[in-house]
Amino acid sequence: MSLSAEEVSWRTGGKLIVDGVSIAPGEGETVGLLGPNGSGKSSLLRLLSGVRPVSDGVVRLDGSPIERFGRGNVARRVAVVEQHAGTEVDMSVLDVVRLGRIPHRRAWSAATAEDEAAVRSAVEYTRLADKVDRSWHTLSGGERQRVQIARALAQQPKELLLDEPTNHLDIQHQLELLGLVVRIPVTSVIALHDLNLAAMFCDHLMVLARGRAVAAGSPEEVLTEELIAEVYNVRARVAPEGPGGRPAIRFFPD
Amino acid sequence: MSAPLVRSRGGAAAALWLAGLVLLGLSIALTITIGPADIAVTDVWAVVGERLGFGDAGLSLIREGIIWDLRLPRTVLAAVCGAGLGLCGVVMQSLLRNPLADPYVLGISSGASTGAVLVVVLGIGSGVLSLSLGAFLGSLVSFTLVMLLSHFVGGTADRVILAGVAAMQLFSALTSFIVMSVADSRQTRSVLFWLLGSLSGTGWFEVWLCLGALLAVLVVCTAKASSLDAFTFGQDAAASLGVAVARTRMLLLVVTALLTATLVSSSGAIGFVGLVLPHAARAIVGPGHRGLLPTTALAGAIFLVWIDTIARTALDPQEIPVGVMTSLVGVPAFVVILYRSRKVH
Repeated sequence: MSLSAEEVSWRTGGKLIVDGVSIAPGEGETVGLLGPNGSGKSSLLRLLSGVRPVSDGVVRLDGSPIERFGRGNVARRVAVVEQHAGTEVDMSVLDVVRLGRIPHRRAWSAATAEDEAAVRSAVEYTRLADKVDRSWHTLSGGERQRVQIARALAQQPKELLLDEPTNHLDIQHQLELLGLVVRIPVTSVIALHDLNLAAMFCDHLMVLARGRAVAAGSPEEVLTEELIAEVYNVRARVAPEGPGGRPAIRFFPD
Repeated sequence: MSAPLVRSRGGAAAALWLAGLVLLGLSIALTITIGPADIAVTDVWAVVGERLGFGDAGLSLIREGIIWDLRLPRTVLAAVCGAGLGLCGVVMQSLLRNPLADPYVLGISSGASTGAVLVVVLGIGSGVLSLSLGAFLGSLVSFTLVMLLSHFVGGTADRVILAGVAAMQLFSALTSFIVMSVADSRQTRSVLFWLLGSLSGTGWFEVWLCLGALLAVLVVCTAKASSLDAFTFGQDAAASLGVAVARTRMLLLVVTALLTATLVSSSGAIGFVGLVLPHAARAIVGPGHRGLLPTTALAGAIFLVWIDTIARTALDPQEIPVGVMTSLVGVPAFVVILYRSRKVH
C-alpha cells in the first residue's frame, strides 16, 4: 500500500463528481479504471495525483495524507500521463522527456549526470532512442503518448497514473502502448474505455458509475454480462476464457 | 546511442552568453560614437574610466557631457529596456501558453498611457518625472484590474488573456477620450510621441531604477526557469511535475508586471521587442527557459541599442519614436525567422 484513496469525494460547481471511492493498488499491480464518459475516472486520477484537493476523504502516500508531502515530493513519486498533451511550443522529443526531471531539479542548477542517465534510460525503455531529435509536432498520436510515458518514467516514479492513454490510437498501437505500460515495474492506475483491453492487460479492475465504485476485483469477477448491462446499458456476451485466459467481451446491437 | 543524448549544453550556453555580453558592450561603446558630435570609441572608454576613478579623460566638458549625460544613459537604458521587455515576453508566452503574448498583454501599456495622459492634461506636477509616475500608477491600476477580472471569471490562461484584452480596450478608450475632450494639439503630440516609446532625455536615475528592477526580476525568473518549462503542456501537467501552479503564476505575473510598468513609465510603450525577441532566441537556443531567459535578455538588449541608434540618427535632427523603428526593422526580421522555422511544423 503505497498510494491509496479512502472514501474520497470531489465536488465542483455544486456537483458531486467523485463520490466516496476507495482504492488501494498493490505494489507493482496494474489497475484499470472503467466506466462510461463522465463517471469520474479522470477526476479520481487527479485526486490520486494530488493535483486536485479532495472534498472529502483522504489520499495517502505511504500512509500519510498526500497534501503533507508538498508538490515537489509528490512529483518525484507519482507521475501522470494525461489524455491529451498539447503545446504550441516547438519541442524536440528529448526536450519533452527532460521535463520529467523538473521535480528533481533545484533552482538555477543545470542537468546533472543523474538527470541525463534517467532521461536516457526512459528513452531507451520506450524505444525512442532514434527519435530524440524529432519535433513533437511531427509525431503521430502513438509516438506522442510514448514520449509522454518516457517523460513520466524520467520522473522515476513508483506510481504511474494514466488517463485513457490509448484514445485515438489504432489497434496495433493500443496493444503496443498497453504492453509497454504493464511491463514497467511500477504500480499503475489506468483509466480505460475498452473493456477487452482492460481485461487483457490489467491485474485488477474498478468500475465507476456516476462517481461511485460499483464493482472491483479481478477482470473475471468484474466483467460480467449483468454489470455491463447495468453500467453501460449495453447487451454483451462474456467468454470467460478469451485470449491469454482473460475474459473476452462481444457486444450486441439493440 | 548515448552521443545525441549527452550533449554538453552547459559549456556552449556559457560561451554564447559571454559572446553576447561582449557584443553588448561593444555595441554600447560603438553606438555612443554615432551622431552629430564627433566622438571616438576611445573617448567613450576614457570618460567611463574617469567616472570610475581612473585619471582624467582629457576631453572638453561639452564632449564629456554629451557622452556621460546624454548618450551613455540613453544607450544603457535602451539595453535595459530591450533586455527587460524580452524577458517579460518570454515569461508571458510561457505562463499564458500563447506565442502571441507580450509584456503588454495584461493591459500595462494602456494603463500607463491613461495615467500619463491624465498627468499631462491635468498639469499635475511638472516634467518627465510626474509623467513617469502617472504612467507607473496607471499601469498598476490596469494590471490589478486584469488580475481581479481574470480571477472573477475563472483564472485560466485564456481568461487572463481575455481580461487583458478588455482592460486594453477600456484604457485605450479612456486615453482617446481624455485626449479628444481636453488636450490641446501640443499636449496631444507630446503624449503621442511618448506613447510610441522614446528614450530621449534619459537620465541616470531612470537607468539605475530600471537596471535594478531588471536584475531583481532576472534573478526571480531564472530561479523559476524549470517551472516555466513545466507549463509547456498546461497547468495540470505543471502541477503533476511538482509546480505550485497558482503561487508560481501569481509571483511571476506580479514581478514581470512591475518590471514592465517600470520600463514603460521611463521609456513609453516600446512595442514588438517583447513579442518577437523570445521567438528569435528560441530559434537559437531552443525552448528550455534556463537558456532562453538570459539569451532573450541579451538579444533584446543588443537589438534595442542598435534600433535606438537608428531611431535617433536616421532622420537627424528629427527623431523617430523608437517604438516605430522596432516594428519597421523587426517585422522583416520576424518574417525571416518564421520562414526559416517553417519546416519544423
